[in-house]
Amino acid sequence: MIPAPFSYQRAGSVQEALDLAAEHGEDARYLAGGHSLLPLMKLRLAAPEVLIDIGRIPGLSYITEADGHIAIGALTRYHDLEHSELLASAVPLLAHAAGQVGDPQVRHRGTIGGALAHADPAADLPAVALALDATLVVQGTEGSREIPAAEFFRGMFETALAPGELLTEIRVPRPAAAGWSFLKFTKRAIDWAIVGVAVQGHAVGLVNMGPRPLRASGVEQALAEGADPAAAAARAADGTEPPADINASRGYREHLARVLVGRALAEARSRG
Amino acid sequence: MSILGTRVVRTEDPRLLTEGGTYIDDLRVPELTRVAHITFVRSTLAHALITRIDTEEARALPGVIAVLTSADMDDLAPPPDAGGSGGEAPMPLGGVWAEPLLATGRVRYVGEPVAMVLTEERSQGEDAAELVSIDYEPLPAVIGVPAALSGETLLFPEAGSNIPAARGGPPSADMFADCEVVVEREIVNQRVAPVPLEGRATAAAWRDGKLTVWTSTQNAQLARFVLAGALGLDPGAIRVVAPDVGGGFGAKIGIDREGIAVAWAARRTGRPLRWTETRSENLSGMTHGRAQRQTITIGGGRDGRIRAYRLAIVQDTGAYPRMGGFLPMLTGLMSPGVYDIPRVETSYQVVVTNTTPVAAYRGAGRPEATAAIERAVDLFAAEIGMDPAEVRRRNLVRDEAFPYQTPTGALYDTGRYRQALDKVLDAAGYRELRAEQARLRERGDPVQLGIGLSSYVEITAADAAAGETARLEVDADGAATVYTGSSAHGQGHHTAWAMLVQDELGIPMDRVTVIHGDTDAIPAGTGTYASRSLQLGGSAVHKAALEVKDEARRLAAEALEASEDDLELDTSSGRWQVRGDPSAALGWGEVAARASGQRLVADVAYKGDRPTFPFGAHLAVAEVDTETGAARLVRHVTVDDAGTIVNPVLAEGQRHGGIAQGAAQALLEEVLYDADGNPLTSTLADYAAITATELPSFELLSMETPTDLNPLGAKGIGEAGTIGSAPAVQNAVIDAVGHLGVRHIDMPVTPERVWTAISEARQAQEERAAR
Amino acid sequence: MTVNGRAVAADVEDRMLLVHFVREVAGLTATNVGCDTSSCGSCTVLLNGESVKSCTVLAGQADGAEITTAEGLSQDGTMHPVQAAFHAEHGLQCGFCTPGMVMAIVSLLKESPHPSEQQVRAGLEGNLCRCTGYHNIVRAALAAAEAGAGGGDRR
Repeated sequence: MIPAPFSYQRAGSVQEALDLAAEHGEDARYLAGGHSLLPLMKLRLAAPEVLIDIGRIPGLSYITEADGHIAIGALTRYHDLEHSELLASAVPLLAHAAGQVGDPQVRHRGTIGGALAHADPAADLPAVALALDATLVVQGTEGSREIPAAEFFRGMFETALAPGELLTEIRVPRPAAAGWSFLKFTKRAIDWAIVGVAVQGHAVGLVNMGPRPLRASGVEQALAEGADPAAAAARAADGTEPPADINASRGYREHLARVLVGRALAEARSRG
Repeated sequence: MSILGTRVVRTEDPRLLTEGGTYIDDLRVPELTRVAHITFVRSTLAHALITRIDTEEARALPGVIAVLTSADMDDLAPPPDAGGSGGEAPMPLGGVWAEPLLATGRVRYVGEPVAMVLTEERSQGEDAAELVSIDYEPLPAVIGVPAALSGETLLFPEAGSNIPAARGGPPSADMFADCEVVVEREIVNQRVAPVPLEGRATAAAWRDGKLTVWTSTQNAQLARFVLAGALGLDPGAIRVVAPDVGGGFGAKIGIDREGIAVAWAARRTGRPLRWTETRSENLSGMTHGRAQRQTITIGGGRDGRIRAYRLAIVQDTGAYPRMGGFLPMLTGLMSPGVYDIPRVETSYQVVVTNTTPVAAYRGAGRPEATAAIERAVDLFAAEIGMDPAEVRRRNLVRDEAFPYQTPTGALYDTGRYRQALDKVLDAAGYRELRAEQARLRERGDPVQLGIGLSSYVEITAADAAAGETARLEVDADGAATVYTGSSAHGQGHHTAWAMLVQDELGIPMDRVTVIHGDTDAIPAGTGTYASRSLQLGGSAVHKAALEVKDEARRLAAEALEASEDDLELDTSSGRWQVRGDPSAALGWGEVAARASGQRLVADVAYKGDRPTFPFGAHLAVAEVDTETGAARLVRHVTVDDAGTIVNPVLAEGQRHGGIAQGAAQALLEEVLYDADGNPLTSTLADYAAITATELPSFELLSMETPTDLNPLGAKGIGEAGTIGSAPAVQNAVIDAVGHLGVRHIDMPVTPERVWTAISEARQAQEERAAR
Repeated sequence: MTVNGRAVAADVEDRMLLVHFVREVAGLTATNVGCDTSSCGSCTVLLNGESVKSCTVLAGQADGAEITTAEGLSQDGTMHPVQAAFHAEHGLQCGFCTPGMVMAIVSLLKESPHPSEQQVRAGLEGNLCRCTGYHNIVRAALAAAEAGAGGGDRR
């Protein structure tokens, strides 16, 4: 219930955050909304010795139009994504998915940067970022770099972020194809997805079908070859390694993926 | 007009809403000044010998006052043997099955407390607990009924088996001989967790030879009794206080081992202590509910008449038999439910397994009985191809048969089972629902509709003879105080008892104070569980009011120089008047002033003759997505007839809460362990406690069939909703896919289970077609 | 930070959770701890006017913020419309989940002054109650909305 002791440091700028991270190395973790990290710490599944609170760094919470893409600051909260008029018209998939995460209290605190950097395979936004071909802008002591979402998620809770690097912006290209759908299958509304599907045009992202978010490559290939959605959906489980846990067996997840992809593609088609 | 039966909002609410309740962790009383905190160190293995406990590192941490283990409990006698009760009393069996306060030599479930860490600050507790080092020699974990029955590994070697209680022999050979149709099935009433929002919590202080224990309990007096026995103290040296209690549901009856350990430690160390468990501790440390494997066999004719029913139960009681055979005994007692079945046979075995102990949880043995018979009736109906409502109609105990003695030995007081069922069918629009279902089936829609029924009867105040107490005082200022032996933890007794006083005496509710849960103020009382409090505790208040009235009449007559026969009490004004002479009147305060000590007092114990039997019918409508197996409860319509209703607001609230917990068991909740006895549902993220999004608003119908067993005509309502709802919801989901060949799905009817059942049924159908 | 309009300042352990700050430092115990996985919502307070689970916020993160708890909702002995609705609709039994539930509804109605029943239920997905079955809680929320609890300038 109570985390192991740690030292709380507050960063007033990106540079300060990077400096603190460099100073403390492995012993430190960044803290944004805290709704991925603090629950782990309260159960003592994580026990960093230093928390660098980046939650108040100014200028990291925004949703703006840029050249051909929407730029989203990493500290933008789910709540703000959900209620953004710009996102609702430009990238409704992201606005809608953000509104499905957790509950209203979580959405008032959790951030898109935190969700992506934490990289829980059962989380919704990583799969959405994949389906949107987002680019993640990352700052380090050596400078900044841009990482395509397809290269960002490496494994369970594992990303391409090097130690100390800070995710600062997410760039979402304006979708070429209008059709979108986000379907999240849970037993209770509050639960993590047993399986989730994010569709933008013919891009299909899968939630909780492997140790990291995946693109449903079999489905995308079938669609590219001209298959209709129902036939393409049959390949939803291709190349996936869904977990078996108390909520679902592997086989059931594979079945769900096929059903949900079929429905999501149909819904996307009706929207675009 | 009487206030009884009218809708009255609760007097408890303003404080709870504007200040918040005072639960154990909120207590800031002088006796708990400088209270130290207790953190338990718990077993991480399901079954193991403890070979070494090293507390040195933990004790060295700043703020650690002590680290205590069972080795320190050298001032306690071993727990007594339950002995002689035949093992069916709701008490620990003890003896060779004894449960220690802190694990002694052996741990028998993950989460079993092994050591206690006392720290100055709460936050230091977990830090220190992590440093307590325990060496274990693992033993094979006995998980599941087959492992327990095999006896290969014994939890209690001295006992010689893993079966602490059993009743009934092998099934009789010819029970079903005259039945055209016999259906038998093994079903599961799964283990669930009570999840009161406030977990277990106890604070204790020892001073000048007196122990004060504040604990989150459903009965302070029982807690005191248990503490006295466990600690070798005279009950007079112990005061137990139940402050506000954040839910109990049967799992906070008395006080359990951690609470006793806290009290012991307060005496041992001389420091006031407080323990508030975390939710993770609660999910594997508080007793679980249900956990029965059942074999149901039902037989009858194609005319729909049930002739025989057998229920064989294996009750998993977890690592320690805390209630002997009590739960399955009740299940057997209530097994025929509302049906008039000529031949009924039951048997049970209780087994121990390396899991959290099982005890009472909302319904305590009766939901299991109703779920079994309602499944059996639906299976029978499916086998003979008859509408399940019709099968029920043809077998319900008839109105003329009451009081009705069941083959299992229960004596049902009053009931109108047919009317309850008809009322629900009518209100729900049963015919229209079946028509809608038929349409969807014909269209082959992916989303199908299911209608589930349950007709139920349940036993309340099963321990009626233990009764309840009430002390009523009316003071010279005209105000009244009720000291009740009942112990509300959400049920609204303060409102209801004040209503009873206002009704009988004419003292307005806002001048009636109700006090409960303090053994200093109320030394004798039974407490709140088994849906007993209104019928016994309320009747006690009523009886006390009558006694106060008698005494008041005598005093008023004296004062007004009239005969008692000419005195009447005007309850609308609360004044004693001489008939025909409005000027000759006295208020309650004036009468009380003339009593000895300037106070009218009645101190009563009300004992019930025998239990009462509320009953009802539930109809659940479920939508099932046949492509994914996802089921959704869309409507839930009920009759829950608990006799005379004193306050419909309170009764409805109990019904709502009960319905939700039953629906939760049917749809979502299950406590799971892996093969090594590691809990898999030990946080609220994993244990699927039901939320508002999974439930509809409920449709409650009114029906009151009073009992003649108490002056209020009241039966109990607290558990009825849970008993009625789970089978209806389960039956609805199965009904939704019945046309695909599915006959049964165990609770919880998770999406995967539903989908698997559909797939298997489809496969079976294809195989049959191919032949 | 300010809690219910009153400034509260203290030196606390870095790891202190906001819920413990509210309960133990500010001395306001209506807000409760019901779980350890941010699941139950009993700890819900308003942080700068928005509902948050105070068990999942460090006190340090709330430095300088305005916190509102259930105790801060009533003014001069008059219950807030949401509290009054809970009373009228029997939306509480044991009361443990109630402060958090009330704060969650206050926040919900601020953002969505006229929710449907479905929206209320969805808005309460993060708040567990074991006693009421949610039926009367939903009624209370809808009644409060009807009474205009979402609009206006109540804190």
